[in-house]
Amino acid sequence: MLLTIRDLRVTAEDKEILKGLDLEVDAGQVHAIMGPNGSGKSTLARVIAGHPGYEVTAGSITYDGKDLLEMDPEVRACEGVFMAFQYPVEIPGINNSYFLKAALNAHRKHRGEPDLDAVEFMALVQDRAKLLQMDKAMLGRAVNEGFSGGEKKRNEIYQMAVLEPRLAVLDETDSGLDIDALKIVANGVNALRSPDRAIVVVTHYQRLLNYIVPDVVHVLTDGRIVRSGGKELAHELEAKGYGWLEAETAGAGARG
Amino acid sequence: MTQVAERLETWVAAFEAFGREPGFGADGLRGARTAAFERFLQRGFPTTRDEEWRFTNVAPIAASAFARAAAAVPEPSALAPFRLPDGAAHELVIVNGRLAPQLSSAGAPAGVAIRSLKDDLARTPDDLRPDEPSTPFVDLNTAFFEDGVVIDVTPGAVVSTPIHVLHVTAVEGAPAMVAPRLVIRAGEQSQVTVIESYVSLTDAESFTNAVTQALVGPAAVVDHVKLQREPSRTFHLATIVATTARAGVFRSHAITLGGRLVRNDFLSRLAGEGAECTLNGLYVADGETLVDTHTTIDHTEPHCPSHEVYKGILSGTAKAVFNGKIIVRQKAQKTDAKQTNKALLLSDHAQINSKPQLEIFADDVRCTHGATVGQLDADQLFYLRARGLDPVTARNMLIHAFAGDVLAGVRVDAVRELTLRLVDEKLSIRP
Repeated sequence: MLLTIRDLRVTAEDKEILKGLDLEVDAGQVHAIMGPNGSGKSTLARVIAGHPGYEVTAGSITYDGKDLLEMDPEVRACEGVFMAFQYPVEIPGINNSYFLKAALNAHRKHRGEPDLDAVEFMALVQDRAKLLQMDKAMLGRAVNEGFSGGEKKRNEIYQMAVLEPRLAVLDETDSGLDIDALKIVANGVNALRSPDRAIVVVTHYQRLLNYIVPDVVHVLTDGRIVRSGGKELAHELEAKGYGWLEAETAGAGARG
Repeated sequence: MTQVAERLETWVAAFEAFGREPGFGADGLRGARTAAFERFLQRGFPTTRDEEWRFTNVAPIAASAFARAAAAVPEPSALAPFRLPDGAAHELVIVNGRLAPQLSSAGAPAGVAIRSLKDDLARTPDDLRPDEPSTPFVDLNTAFFEDGVVIDVTPGAVVSTPIHVLHVTAVEGAPAMVAPRLVIRAGEQSQVTVIESYVSLTDAESFTNAVTQALVGPAAVVDHVKLQREPSRTFHLATIVATTARAGVFRSHAITLGGRLVRNDFLSRLAGEGAECTLNGLYVADGETLVDTHTTIDHTEPHCPSHEVYKGILSGTAKAVFNGKIIVRQKAQKTDAKQTNKALLLSDHAQINSKPQLEIFADDVRCTHGATVGQLDADQLFYLRARGLDPVTARNMLIHAFAGDVLAGVRVDAVRELTLRLVDEKLSIRP
């Protein structure tokens, strides 16, 4: 198993958000995590990435046999964990390509590989940029500065394509995208599906899953996974809303 | 009070001794020096009771008996680290306030005359303008400057080679004062870039009291860079006065990287219709350094834009003061003035006092100002770390980016690159 989460309990500002979450994701799979607002979806994504704003009070996250919670965020990244941010930050003054080259070379250094030179790097990024239909001007601008919402999300998947993670967690990458941008992003993600890579798609809406078809769908409500199933579960949720599951599990403490 | 008077006695003795030397000058210069020194004696050094000096205590300067720095002839090799790369600039080396032709580039770029200010004053005594502005430090400079240098650009000349004025302090032992004086006079439709570097060959206690005047003619363009990189026992007080005529442009970038107490007083007077100025600056201060920037942009005529961006990076117990005054006189309609002041505090004990001061007497103008003070952005740091960059690299990248946009305006590549390198060096030594 590439990722194993056991009984994960997480608080932020003294409020418990994840209340004993279990999840297993194997390499080669795409998992979707769906749930209503405030259920803890984004918290889960950020905790996997190592965001300092959360406290893990119990449970474990094992990634590739290692204790993920023991690693600093940059070590997780270099070990192959990637989170596409729900709200990518703008960083004025830092060139997108310069930043990405530094990140990629940090990964390579971690693996004991030499730095990519400028020519190799350019060849790589041009290839990946094509995948996400990024124009050259975007690559040379400051990180996310002045990007539209859709451009920011595309930039996230572009970074993923360059860094080639083993575990990618996409935090509401579909939100704020029009249908054309959604298709570009989904095509990019699909191109990155591979037998040794796991992708976790966190989303509120089923729409994205028409384009990135998941192997497993989980429903997260009130800090726990309450149901897991095949891709048809997403359609069921779309038809019935989250209410029926919340009602079904309320007070029962049931897990899916 | 008596103590102050006693301290001024040492200045009186120094002034009298200077008065007996040929370098003191005769006639008009003698009169100007004497009048300036008398004003200085009447007022003494400013104190923190003076509004303009509220946060900057110059008592350590007043308390220290600075002697006039003696003439010195440093080894050429001692200057090598401070020169610009070969061919990047025409260099004028000024040691302890005295022009050193043997250390300077030969001749002068086409369209430029370089003269001693004292020779110049014999012909055009008005250029000293001792009353504009008459502050104690300008008066002290007028009383004590040695050669002074005039860079005179012929009307219509476009000087493609930047001129690098390298102010060298070479003192040993007893605390010494150096009083550099530079006049840049750009004739109508001329264009010139002048870089002033302030360096010291030793880390002896010293006091640099500099005055730079730029007279920007009609439709002339003067690009001025001031790079202060003196060691940690230097007091550096500088007054830069630019007067820009109709459709002229004065651009200034002031970079402050060293010193114990640094104060820059900028006065930019937009004295002709359509004149434009940029006052940008970057200061990096650590330890117990104090960096004080006072700028005044005086819009006296209509249709003048002014741009001002100052950024500071402070760590340790460093302190900064930023006071940005913009005056828009009644006649100066259609003024467009923008001012931004940002400070990055890298420690809990660093502090800045920032104050915009707008005095607007015209009614059809646009004036904006903004100030931000803060730490590095936690979200940005996390974003960089989440992509694999270690915290030190991420932090340095963000600091570099913070400084970068101010330096982007420095158009001479060699100077911009040198400055970025010096900023990085200065920042990386910190834990």
